[in-house]
Amino acid sequence: MTVSVQTRDFDAGAEISVLRADSSVGAIVTFIGTVRDINEGDAVASMTLEHYPGMTEKALAGIVDEARRRWTLNAVRVIHRVGTLRACDQIVFVGVAGRHRGECFAACEFIMDYLKTQAPFWKKEATGHGERWVEARESDDEALRRWERGEG
Amino acid sequence: MNVDILYFASLREVLGQEKEAAELPETVRTVGDLRSWLAGRGGAWATALAPGKAVRAARNHAMVQAAEPLQAGDEVAFFPPVTGG
Repeated sequence: MTVSVQTRDFDAGAEISVLRADSSVGAIVTFIGTVRDINEGDAVASMTLEHYPGMTEKALAGIVDEARRRWTLNAVRVIHRVGTLRACDQIVFVGVAGRHRGECFAACEFIMDYLKTQAPFWKKEATGHGERWVEARESDDEALRRWERGEG
Repeated sequence: MNVDILYFASLREVLGQEKEAAELPETVRTVGDLRSWLAGRGGAWATALAPGKAVRAARNHAMVQAAEPLQAGDEVAFFPPVTGG
């Protein structure tokens, strides 16, 4: 199972153990995204993640496939949570295992940059001023264009 | 032709609708045509789907551009730029 979209939390250590079990693996790079307690200057009490069931899984699988076309990797694991999360909660896990670190670092960053701009998730924050949808960042689109120009 | 249309996140909220089955006139042939046709309903539709508003679209679970042709039975979704991760 490469891709999971779930409400429940995940155990990063357990996920790494699975990636590490392959004896031809020499490098594992992981990314974990968590809920920040401040965004745009306001305290964030909680955050609710909405997604597009059916499309989300396909979009994530497509991103992983593209990473595997670009780099030689042993295994990739992506977990993204949905539903209501609080400060310090884990949101997303990306784990990439391969023979050498260079490919794993690049692939992990590539997957996150594509996930940020191509996977149908939306965050809504609860702050002291009420609820608000998180706005997409221009810097995320720029990160994507870097890969499209082949500068990654 | 008939298509299913889905709305997500802030778009779903301002339109007050998450899903509808629509019968499209002959003139609506692309995803961009569909967006304009929906905006033609006026009110919140005209505002939320106005040209220049950042709205993304997916056809049958794949992100597409406005020129993407439609086929009968398609599932088309409109939503704001994504903010996961």
